[in-house]
Amino acid sequence: MAKGRIRAKLRKSHLYTFCLYQGPNGKGQQTVGGPGFSRIVHCNGPQLQSERPFKYRSNDISTTKYSFITFLPKALYEQFNRVANLYFLGCAIASVTPLSPFSALSMIAPLAFVVGLSMAKEALEDWKRFMQDMEVNSRKVKVHTGEGAFGKKAWEKVQVGDVVRVEKDQFFPADLLLLSSNYEDGICYVETMNLDGETNLKAKRALEVTLDLDEDEDFKNFKGIIKCEDPNPSLYTFVGNLEYNDQVYALDPSQILLRDSKLRNTAYIYGVAIFTGPDSKVMMNSTNSPSKRSRIEKKMDYIIYVLFSVLLVISLISSFGFAVEIKYSMPEWWFLQPQEADDFYNPEEPVTSGISHMVTALMLYGYLLPISLYVSIEVVKVLQATFINQDIHMYDEETGIPAQARTSNLNEELGQVDTILSDKTGTLTCNQMDFLKCSIAGTAYGSSTNAVELAAAKQMANDLEGKVELDAVVSYSEKDRQSPIKGFNFEDSRLMNGNWLKEAKVEDIILFFRILAVCHTAIPELNEDTGSYTYEAESPDEGAFLVAAREFGFEFFQRTQSSVFVREKYTASGKPIDREYKILNVLEFTSKRKRMTVIIKDEDGQILLMCKGADSIIFDRLSKDGRFYQPDTTKHLNEYGEAGLRTLALAYKKLEESEYSAWNTEFQKAKTSIGADRDIMLENAAEMMEKDLILIGATAVEDKLQKGVPKCIDKLAQAGLKLWVLTGDKMETAINIGFSCSLLRQGMKQICIPAIDSDVKEEVKGAILKQINNGSEMIKAEKDPHAAFALIIDGKTLSYALEDDIKQHFLDLGVRCASVICCRVSPKQKALVTRLVKLGTGKTTLAIGDGANDVGMIQEADIGVGISGVEGMQAVMASDFSVAQFRFLERLLVVHGHWCYKRIAQMICYFFYKNIAFGLTLFYFEAFTGFSGQSIYNDWYMLLFNVVLTALPVISLGVLEQDVSSEVCLEFPAIYQQGPRNLFFDWYRILGWMANGLLASLIIFILNIVIFYNQAFRAGGQTADMAALGATMFTCIIWSVNIQIALTMSHFTWIQHTTIWGSIAAWYLFLFVYGALPPSISADAYKLLVEALAPAPMYWTATLLVAITCNLPYMTHIAYQRCFEPMDHHIIQEIKYYRKDVEDQHMWTKERSKARQKTKIGFTARVEAKIRQIRAMMNKKH
Amino acid sequence: MADMNRERHRTRETAFYLFTQQSLPACKPVLTPGWVITIFLFMGLIFIPVGLITLRASHSVVEIVDRYDTECVPEAFRIDKISYIQDDSIPKNCSRFMKVHKYMKAPIYIYYQLDNYYQNHRRYVKSRSDKQLLHGQKYHDTSSCQPVELNSGQPIVPCGLIAWSLFNDSFTFIRERAELKVNRKNIAWKSDRDHKFGKNVHPFNFQNGTLIGGGKLNPKIPLSDQEDLIVWMRTSALPSFRKLYGRIEEDLDADDVIVVNLMNNYNTYSFGGKKKLVLSTSSWLGGKNDFLGHACVIIGSSSLILAIVFTLLHLKYRRPHGDTSYLPWNRKSLSG
Repeated sequence: MAKGRIRAKLRKSHLYTFCLYQGPNGKGQQTVGGPGFSRIVHCNGPQLQSERPFKYRSNDISTTKYSFITFLPKALYEQFNRVANLYFLGCAIASVTPLSPFSALSMIAPLAFVVGLSMAKEALEDWKRFMQDMEVNSRKVKVHTGEGAFGKKAWEKVQVGDVVRVEKDQFFPADLLLLSSNYEDGICYVETMNLDGETNLKAKRALEVTLDLDEDEDFKNFKGIIKCEDPNPSLYTFVGNLEYNDQVYALDPSQILLRDSKLRNTAYIYGVAIFTGPDSKVMMNSTNSPSKRSRIEKKMDYIIYVLFSVLLVISLISSFGFAVEIKYSMPEWWFLQPQEADDFYNPEEPVTSGISHMVTALMLYGYLLPISLYVSIEVVKVLQATFINQDIHMYDEETGIPAQARTSNLNEELGQVDTILSDKTGTLTCNQMDFLKCSIAGTAYGSSTNAVELAAAKQMANDLEGKVELDAVVSYSEKDRQSPIKGFNFEDSRLMNGNWLKEAKVEDIILFFRILAVCHTAIPELNEDTGSYTYEAESPDEGAFLVAAREFGFEFFQRTQSSVFVREKYTASGKPIDREYKILNVLEFTSKRKRMTVIIKDEDGQILLMCKGADSIIFDRLSKDGRFYQPDTTKHLNEYGEAGLRTLALAYKKLEESEYSAWNTEFQKAKTSIGADRDIMLENAAEMMEKDLILIGATAVEDKLQKGVPKCIDKLAQAGLKLWVLTGDKMETAINIGFSCSLLRQGMKQICIPAIDSDVKEEVKGAILKQINNGSEMIKAEKDPHAAFALIIDGKTLSYALEDDIKQHFLDLGVRCASVICCRVSPKQKALVTRLVKLGTGKTTLAIGDGANDVGMIQEADIGVGISGVEGMQAVMASDFSVAQFRFLERLLVVHGHWCYKRIAQMICYFFYKNIAFGLTLFYFEAFTGFSGQSIYNDWYMLLFNVVLTALPVISLGVLEQDVSSEVCLEFPAIYQQGPRNLFFDWYRILGWMANGLLASLIIFILNIVIFYNQAFRAGGQTADMAALGATMFTCIIWSVNIQIALTMSHFTWIQHTTIWGSIAAWYLFLFVYGALPPSISADAYKLLVEALAPAPMYWTATLLVAITCNLPYMTHIAYQRCFEPMDHHIIQEIKYYRKDVEDQHMWTKERSKARQKTKIGFTARVEAKIRQIRAMMNKKH
Repeated sequence: MADMNRERHRTRETAFYLFTQQSLPACKPVLTPGWVITIFLFMGLIFIPVGLITLRASHSVVEIVDRYDTECVPEAFRIDKISYIQDDSIPKNCSRFMKVHKYMKAPIYIYYQLDNYYQNHRRYVKSRSDKQLLHGQKYHDTSSCQPVELNSGQPIVPCGLIAWSLFNDSFTFIRERAELKVNRKNIAWKSDRDHKFGKNVHPFNFQNGTLIGGGKLNPKIPLSDQEDLIVWMRTSALPSFRKLYGRIEEDLDADDVIVVNLMNNYNTYSFGGKKKLVLSTSSWLGGKNDFLGHACVIIGSSSLILAIVFTLLHLKYRRPHGDTSYLPWNRKSLSG
């Protein structure tokens, strides 16, 4: 508290000239109270809000799908929304009527099991969401409880009108009106990363009238009424006014603190809750997370439709046949007593019989539609998700957070991703700036390893020697440059430890460091534990500068209203000296000015102007004499830029007292003027001063990438994935990151579409369209196959480019470019771009992000991935998968995605195969029973077929199958393309499997009925009856489908062996146990195996023959395919099988280096481009 | 001891870890050409002998079939067979001659064969009560026996269409004027006799209604001894079927002529069904059916042919195993 008081003496507004100016604000106020602006908030009087019409929604939020009451109806509705389930429901209802060919239990039990399991899963997932809401709702905040006392309350208890006190680094619990802060002028800093992804802090400023309310006690008698707009999702607008002390004050967005943003660099603030819970702007922005379904699952619906049509057709055939038999044959079949027949068998009414038989048939052939398919898939997906969660290679040791599959619906979709849309801050970068290099007086300092050049040189050397060492080449610039000091990663002994004193241009160096230490708006804070200072700066760059200055021996340690104090550690005398710089003026940084200037007076009375800013801006303002270092500095800046570093140029000028005072009068005049042209006047004044500068050097700050990001991007590019970066940051920063991630490189043609300043919409649109078309033309005209293009577009322009008439052009251009970077995009635009890519290309998109501003895009994309481990959980909550670091995306997609895709695809195909093979035998048999709907199998066989006897092998296929090992997946990222190309779930393959099923059913049925035609089949002379033939056919089916799955698999652990052979054994065991039960239970299966089948050699011979014959075609097919039309994984399997990779290392590495998709982005591509460049140069020389 | 436990615990933990990391030891068979050819060869080498053996067994069976449904209707009635069979006043006896063309070794099985008879019709199959067959009149719920459930308010034992339509042609065999002894015991499944048909359940109220279906049962004999009924009630899978009638336990020599005196009672004329009498010996495999043997030989030879084809293809278009030139990035068509 004491500390806060001291700092509160600062008037932060002193440091600000350009922003925070509160001009007369009349706009919009007249609308307050009108329609859409009806909200009335009684400050400090929540009790007044408890009655209508002032009773607003409470502050507790709920993101759950169901509540306790709605769960049952809603979840049931969801379940029966699936075509197949609805059909089975119909069957279950019909099964209690005499039409049913089976017992009612055998229809209802599986359905209840399947639906129950799915619902349990839904309930569990919703429960997790509920717990997360609980966590947010029960966060504590200090709320005024009356009589000037504040007490802690849970967020959900905060009401509209409550006065809350939020302390440093806390989130705001609701949308608040800022009343006061610890600073005298009511300024506070807010981090809005969760809202818009911007990392710069934003300053908010309280109304002057409420500034005095900065103590707990002051709120004892505080009363006021806020009249404002109704809840709406617009983050950047606010219209309202405050009635306080019988006066009306207009409010604007700069007094509004939004929920989910965070208080920074400010000890505390007081505020009044205006919008709570679901009314708050951030919540209005959140959309219900859509339930996503994978492509495979959508396609599966079509397969279900196909099968359903088949079902209808054969049911129709069956009913027609039945009606004909009833009409013409039934009267002759005296043994059926046709004269006594009820409705179903009445020869007089064949049509009625036919129609009612339709119901029977639909149920009988229901085995074509695998009821257990959904539940099996669900089980498989949950297990796959468990593997993802458990994967130790996706476990982040630093934070202790594993990867998490939050919904298991989309596992296989991970294997089909085509485009990745990524957020920048917090996803690709750490949101930490490290001071890395600098150029002082034309000399570059800082370790200068250019990873690209190194790698290129190495690879060229290797090529000359005729061998390829991929690993050496792709040694990404990842040597551990871990520096113990946050924000400082500088390595150069010439400048460290005061060694700069020995440098030639020591004067310039001192000046350079002084500029770093003085030219800023930060506040130092003493860390009492270590005794050193940390800095609260507006942007992380500034913090990095101060840390660097500190490390170089220029420690900024105090700021007063008018001065900055710097302790210089290394001096000629060897003793630290504290120096005071009087701050005369601050012309602060804005995105428009792109520079910052302070005017100071040092202890010698010398007035100095210090300026830092974007190089182009500074270079424009240099004096003739000040350009001495410009050529060298420019060269260095270019190098830094290519390495993806954020650069600033530093300049100064010395001022005469008179010169300064003359200007200052001008400036003060401008500053105190009131009116619309104040800003212009101020700017002109600044412009006057910031000229004739002398360049002294430049800094390079690294926007620190997260660990492994370049390597991951490289691998993803090799796997054929496209990467779009969508960032809220400005264009320069985005381009820097583009370079450091190797998304951009020297020689890549950048198509930049910056913001266009014009008020006429048509004009802007026309200009954009022209630029887009120019870009497209350029790409079309390009002949060089290695040429790569990058599209960089600004958010403002993007909003036009996303309009209906242009967006297709924009998308076409974007798709043709190797990399696309969108800057300054709002959360909404991120979602829109995602939607555009998703719908426009029709391919699978994956969005990855960490903040609340990414929620829209995460929800919109086919797959949303959240970065976990950051404070705000919104992105993770909205995501389908969460990983701790971007680099885990590689494994998630290339290994898990690839596996899951193939597993699910093969599993579904197999599922349809086995059900067709089984279901159609029922149909054939029925044709032999006069279409009467008799089934040859015992009800129990059929019940158990899907649920027990063939369930586990297919699940083990879906969970454990691996075409190639995870290492190979990573080494040959190109194999991932099998997914996006959908090689394993195209119609050709699906229909092939169905045909295989059809063939198997025919073989099983025909062979069996001919073998067991009418002769004795066992000792004792007995012929085969229905029970014996049924059991034999069923045995053949069990064998056939299990051999089939064994042929499908390529990876057998003991689990697969157990499930496959166990399933076969289970059938015999079942038949044995069931047959041993008393005949009242086992009916026609009584002692069937023991007495009749097992002793009969014919039974075993037939089983062997049928099972092998069924699989002969498939076996021939795969043998042929592997031998003569092998696919990627076949070859790799063979290489591994023959251990060629071990014997012939050279071949293996060579293949690995080739096993990349043609890519134009990523580190490897960059190295290759560099090599081409060097070669071209060498050729020229020769 | 503790050490062993810990050891076991650790192994289990490792195994579980390997499982979660999806790196359990696994065998990864690859269908290399060698394997393909071996498998096909092996299948050929299995199936051809099996097929030949089963064929041999099938050929060793001697079977005599005699269709008698038309022949046993007197000429005068052949135009309207239905009224003949339905008229109780006309005697139904008939004599047939069967010539043994090859030596038949006892036991010789006697079957009757019906064609176009839908014993597998759903209405028919359902119309029985297993519980009543076992427990007799003690068991009351015989609704499944519809429409042959009750007669004049009294339950029918055995109920249902199947029993009601019991086959009732009967055969006697005479060779050289001496009647051949036909053993009609143990023709049904043992489990049926012992456990499915009650030892104390006697036919009751059977074939007493207005509609008489097939054969009648002797009410004195318990159901478990009514083997004709038991055999009949094992419904056949297909509309053409044979059922065991009895066994001749004497060898028959080639060129023996056997006179069959039969009672042609059963009505198959309504629906144009055939009736046949079959005498057949049996092998270790069962009755005469060449199909199984043929199928085995065909599959076996196809496998052999496939093995040869694959061998030839490999000799001609040899693809070295794991040849990297087949990898997609090495193939021109794709890398283009």
